[in-house]
Amino acid sequence: MNELYVGALINGLLIGAVYALIATGLNLIFGVMRVVNFAHGEMVVIGMYMGYGLWRLTGWPPIATIPFALIGLFAMGYGFQRWIGNAFVARPQHVQFVLYIGLALVITGVHAVIFGPDPMGIQSAASFDVYRVAGLRIDATRLHAALAACVLIALLWAWLRFSLTGKALHAAADNLLGARAIGIRTNHIFALAMGMGAACAGAAGALLAPLYDTQPYLASEFTLLAFIIVIVGGLASLPGALLGGVLVGVAEAFAAVVIEPSAKSLFSYGLLIIVLVLMPQGLLGGRQGAGR
Amino acid sequence: MSRQWWAALVFVAALALLPLGASDYLLSALTLVFIAALVGIAWNLMMGFAGQLSLGHALYFGVGAYTVAILAERYGVTPWIGMGIAFAAGAAIALLIGALGFRFAVRGVYFALLTIAFAEFGRIVFEHWSFVGGTGGFYLKALSATNVPLISLRGGARFNYYALLVTLTFAWWLSVAVVRSAIGYRWRAIRDDEDAARALGVPAFRLKLLAVALSGGLTAIAGGWSGLIGGSLFPDSVLGMRLSIDFIVAPIVGGIGTLFGPILGAFIVVPLNEWSRELAQAAGINGLNLLIYGVLLMAVIIVAPQGGWPWIARRLGLVERVPCRPGEQARNGVAIAASDSTTGDTHGQTSGRTQGQTPSRAQGQTSDRATQ
Repeated sequence: MNELYVGALINGLLIGAVYALIATGLNLIFGVMRVVNFAHGEMVVIGMYMGYGLWRLTGWPPIATIPFALIGLFAMGYGFQRWIGNAFVARPQHVQFVLYIGLALVITGVHAVIFGPDPMGIQSAASFDVYRVAGLRIDATRLHAALAACVLIALLWAWLRFSLTGKALHAAADNLLGARAIGIRTNHIFALAMGMGAACAGAAGALLAPLYDTQPYLASEFTLLAFIIVIVGGLASLPGALLGGVLVGVAEAFAAVVIEPSAKSLFSYGLLIIVLVLMPQGLLGGRQGAGR
Repeated sequence: MSRQWWAALVFVAALALLPLGASDYLLSALTLVFIAALVGIAWNLMMGFAGQLSLGHALYFGVGAYTVAILAERYGVTPWIGMGIAFAAGAAIALLIGALGFRFAVRGVYFALLTIAFAEFGRIVFEHWSFVGGTGGFYLKALSATNVPLISLRGGARFNYYALLVTLTFAWWLSVAVVRSAIGYRWRAIRDDEDAARALGVPAFRLKLLAVALSGGLTAIAGGWSGLIGGSLFPDSVLGMRLSIDFIVAPIVGGIGTLFGPILGAFIVVPLNEWSRELAQAAGINGLNLLIYGVLLMAVIIVAPQGGWPWIARRLGLVERVPCRPGEQARNGVAIAASDSTTGDTHGQTSGRTQGQTPSRAQGQTSDRATQ
C-alpha cells in the first residue's frame, strides 16, 4: 500500500516536470504579452503527432523528435504572432480569446482531418523499460521525459536570464513603453515569445507522445491543464510554472490512486479553486502580479 | 417611441410571423439561434456591461437543464415551476462563484479562469454523480399522446419556436430595462474603471454580484429550455468547455456591450456552426467543421474586432450619439459613465490594454495588470 503511494508520488513528480514545460511556455507568452494562449494544448498535440509520426516513419524514440518539434512549433508560433497575433496584443482580452480559440479550433480541425479522430499510441518494447531503485520501479520513458523537460526548462531560463534577447523579453514584459523607447523591436519580441512558448508546448508534446494515446480532441484538456498550473503557480512567474506543474502532477497521480483515474482532474480543479480564493495571484505570482 | 424600439418591434413581428411559411427544420434551427441569443444576452449583461469576464457559462446552462429535466421527470414538477427553480439555482451558483471571486479580489483574467475552473469542476462532478445519470446521460420520456404543451412545456418545432421567441423577447426587454436603469450606468462605471467607480460611491461588490446572478439565472433558463427541447442531457454536451466557448463567441461577434449584439451574433454564429457541421458530415471528413468554424472565427475577429452590431447600427441610423473616441477615454483614465454602450459604443477599447499602452503603464504598471 505504501509503495502504491510512493509510486504515485514519483510518477506525479515525473509527469509534473513535463507539465511544467507546457506551463512555462504559456507563462512566457502571458508574461511578455499579457495574452492567454488558448491554443496551447493544441500546440502540445502538434508535438505529440510529430513524436508519433517520427516513430511510425523511422522507429526513433519520440525524445529524438524534440529538435523537430522545437523548430517546427517555433516557426509556427513566430509566424502566427508576427502576421496575425501582434495586432491583437493591444486589444481587450475577450477579443484575443476569440482569436486564439479560433486558432485552437483550426489546429484541432487539421489534426482530425489528417489523422482522424481515433487515438494513436506508440507501442514499442522500450515503453516497458523500468529502472529499479531501492525496490521501486521507475518507468524509464517517464524518467527520460522528465529529465529532458528539466533540461529544456533550464536552458530556457538561462537564455532568458543571460542572453541579450532574453533580457529584451524581460524588458518588454516589465515596461512595454520603456522597452520601445530604448529601441527594442516589440513586434519581433512578441513573436519571439509566442514562438518560444509554442516550442515549449511542442517539445512537451513530443515527450508525452509515448505516455498518452494521441488524438485531436485531447488538446482542450492540455490547455485547461496548463491554465490550472500557471494559476496555481502564478501567472507570468517561471518558478511558479515549475512548482505548479509538479503540484498538479502529484495531485493528479494521487487522485488517480485515491478516487479513480477518470476523476483525476477533480483534484487539480479543487487545488486551483483553493489557490485562487486564498492567493489570487498564485503561489509565486505575488511580485509580478499586482497585490490587490 | 424611438427608432430603436420600432426596429426591435419590426424584428420581433417578422420572427413571429415567420412560422406561417417556414419548414420545421428552419424553425428548429432558429430555436437553436434563440437559445444562443438568450445565453448571449445573459453573458453580455455580465461581461459587456458589468465588465466581468466569464468563460464558464456552460455551468449555469447545464445546471438549469438538469434541474428542469430532473424535476419534471422524477418528481412531476411542471417546468413552469422548474424554470423558476432553475433560475434560482443558476443565480445561486453564480452568486457563490462571484462572491468568492470578488470578495478575494480575483479580477480580470484570474476571474475568467476561476469561472472555467468551476465549470469544469461541475462537469466532472456531474459525470461521476449517479443521481443525474453520470456520463450515461439523463433522458426525458417521449411525449405522450395526451401531452399538453402549455403544461409540460414540451411540444413540436412550432411550439418550441414560439416559446423561445417569447422567452428571448422577455430577456431582451429585461436587459434593456436593466441596462438603461441606474444599475446599468453603475455597471458601466465599474466596467470602465472599478476603482474610480468605487471612489464615487458605487457599491461595486453588490452590483457585480447582481450582474453575475442575473446572468447565471437567465443562462439556467436557457439551459432548461434546451433540455426540454433536446430530451437528452450529457455532462459533456451541456456542461462542457466547448459550450462555454460557443456561448461567448456569439456576443463577441455580434458586438459586446451592445443590446442587440448578442442576438445578431447568434444569427451569424449558430448557422455557421451548423452549416460547417453538415458540410463536414456530407463530405464525410471528421474535423472539417472545426477547421471551417475556426477559420471563420478568426476572420470575423480580425475584420471586425468590435463586433458586427456597431457597424450595422451606424448603417441603419440607429445610433443616437456619436461614441467618444477610445483614445480619449484611455488618456483621461476616468470612467465616462455617460458613454452609452447601448448605441454602439466600443467597449472593447475603453478598458484593458489601451490603458496599458499609455504612459500610465510606465508608472502604474502594477495597477494596470490587476485590472486585466
